[in-house]
Amino acid sequence: MVLNTQMNKTMLETQQLTCERNHRFLFQDLSISLNKGEVLQVDGANGAGKSTLLKILAGLYEDFEGEVMWQVEDYPLYIGHKVGVKDAMSARENLMWLADLQATEVSQGDIDSALAKVSLAGYEDVLCGEMSEGQRKRVNLARLFLLHNPVWILDEPFSAIDKEGVACITDRIKEHLSDAGTVILTSHQTVEFPNIQSLTLS
Amino acid sequence: MNILLATIRRDLLQHVRRPADIVNPLVFFLIVISLFPLGIGPSAGTFNEIAAGVIWVAVLLATLLSIDVMFKSDYEDGALEQMVLSKQPLILVVLGKLIAQWLVSGLLMTLMSPLFALMFFVSSDGILAIAMALLLGTPTMVLLGSIGAALTLGLKNGGVLIAILVLPLYIPVLILGTAMVDAAVGGSSYTGHMLWLGALLLVTIGLAPIATQASIRISLSQ
Amino acid sequence: MWNWFHKLGSPKTFYAISGSLLPYFCVLAGIMLVAGVVWALGFVPPDYQQGHTVRIMYVHVPSAILAQSSYMMMAAAGVVYLVWRIKLADIALQCAAPIGTGLTFLALITGAIWGKPTWGTWWVWDARLTSTLVLLFLFVGVMALRSAMSGKASAGRATAMLVLVGVMNLPIIKYSVDWWFTLHQPSSFSLTEKPSMPPEMWMPLLVMVLGFYLFFFCVWMLRIRTEILNREYRSRWVRELVQ
Repeated sequence: MVLNTQMNKTMLETQQLTCERNHRFLFQDLSISLNKGEVLQVDGANGAGKSTLLKILAGLYEDFEGEVMWQVEDYPLYIGHKVGVKDAMSARENLMWLADLQATEVSQGDIDSALAKVSLAGYEDVLCGEMSEGQRKRVNLARLFLLHNPVWILDEPFSAIDKEGVACITDRIKEHLSDAGTVILTSHQTVEFPNIQSLTLS
Repeated sequence: MNILLATIRRDLLQHVRRPADIVNPLVFFLIVISLFPLGIGPSAGTFNEIAAGVIWVAVLLATLLSIDVMFKSDYEDGALEQMVLSKQPLILVVLGKLIAQWLVSGLLMTLMSPLFALMFFVSSDGILAIAMALLLGTPTMVLLGSIGAALTLGLKNGGVLIAILVLPLYIPVLILGTAMVDAAVGGSSYTGHMLWLGALLLVTIGLAPIATQASIRISLSQ
Repeated sequence: MWNWFHKLGSPKTFYAISGSLLPYFCVLAGIMLVAGVVWALGFVPPDYQQGHTVRIMYVHVPSAILAQSSYMMMAAAGVVYLVWRIKLADIALQCAAPIGTGLTFLALITGAIWGKPTWGTWWVWDARLTSTLVLLFLFVGVMALRSAMSGKASAGRATAMLVLVGVMNLPIIKYSVDWWFTLHQPSSFSLTEKPSMPPEMWMPLLVMVLGFYLFFFCVWMLRIRTEILNREYRSRWVRELVQ
């Protein structure tokens, strides 16, 4: 990942991004330019390479050609298919650890209010292994209310989440955008955002 | 440095709540060692000669078993992705996990070793030497094993593969460790062996976590 | 320099250059091997201690040397691939592994055959044989990891990483095995470390070693060229080549 030091509105730029898997091109010469305050929604059929593209942009997947240039130095906040919470730890312990990883000082009150935002109030001390799939996902999504990374990369954030939850996350994303944040997401649900860019992988 | 302690605490917490991952290798260790006398016969004459070798090989295998699961659950539930995409240096997180892993595998086996040494009629000098050798040797094995564990993440039959990748790397530790016990039983000084084991440990501490973190990044890129 | 490096790193250029050089290398390797074998079997005087059995040295020593060299070459290819991401280096590493395994195996087999008349048993826990056995394990590990990861984009980097870890450990393992051997079996005579080998014995050995190196390179090139075609089968130059 190359750091672009120019100060401007651009947050992300990619040049000739090419990814090949098992002798098949997922995408070729992909050029993306994304500004602060914008959303990039990546569409495409199953297996079109949406998740791989998101992993490349997040810095997880390294077997590609081309360049990814971010305006910010930090890794983005990445929410993938895997929930990333430990079964043997409570919701609160999990979030404390995840905040530690982002070097963010959070108090127990911060965590509890973030959990309340994703309607998990009362589940603070419940082990994540005893929660449902949707609840575990919510614990992970609570990070959106807790951490301050300028870039969010969300792979199917609404899967296994009910209607109310979707509305709540959508509102949070809009709030983040108005704070000059940047969001890249994939979703099978249609959601309305201002400043949205669409990219369809075939 | 904070993250190092937080990681150790996190992993120990999980080990305490999910003890099977640490208890099973220890039970394996116990059974393997108890099987050797059954295979050899109950005459005590040969026992103390083979004690060092038997205990070391058992420790080697038990370490491999425990190392196999070291990153597995973090890989499967996505916690590893979060560690890689963190503001903290990955190497500190990896080091924290390694320390926690050693505390529940290598250290416990070291503490158990005098018991087995007694079962094999080893002299008291030998018992001390076995414990000291394990204390210095097991961290090296955990460090080297973590490279294999990181490289085989997400692969089917990862367990057997780790053994193939890592066991040859354990040879120097095995040779030095058993030689140290032999020297102690034979009544000669084993300070030299200890220094060599310590030197090996220092070199491994310096290099293995770098290889492990690079391997984790490689394995996640799938 | 860099331009040249990257140009040679491109599979197409490498395929063209290696294609024009390969015949010469093959002929040279053939001449060297035939000359070496004839010289070693027909003209070298029998050893005053071991008699004619010493002639197996002319296969054993070159294959043992090549076994280690090929691991080093794999490690060099691994560094190039990890640092510069040149795909050709990955192909080279992948193609060297089976040849190296074969040569290590050959060194062990010839060692055992040599051991039977010399020591009276097929296998002795001699320091050199043990180190070679460990080397075989390392080769097998590389191949096992590679095949377990086949189809994954990160297979090349993982294998390169493993080879690097192995190459850093190799001296430590070798040293510790030597030390272990002297500890347990002092004052045993070593086969290959004769105080002074007469020129009529080591000259053909030198020819054989060079012949083995050339042979290794020829087989390596052939494998690399096949793998290039396999990986690049969709590119235009390969299609034109095939038609």
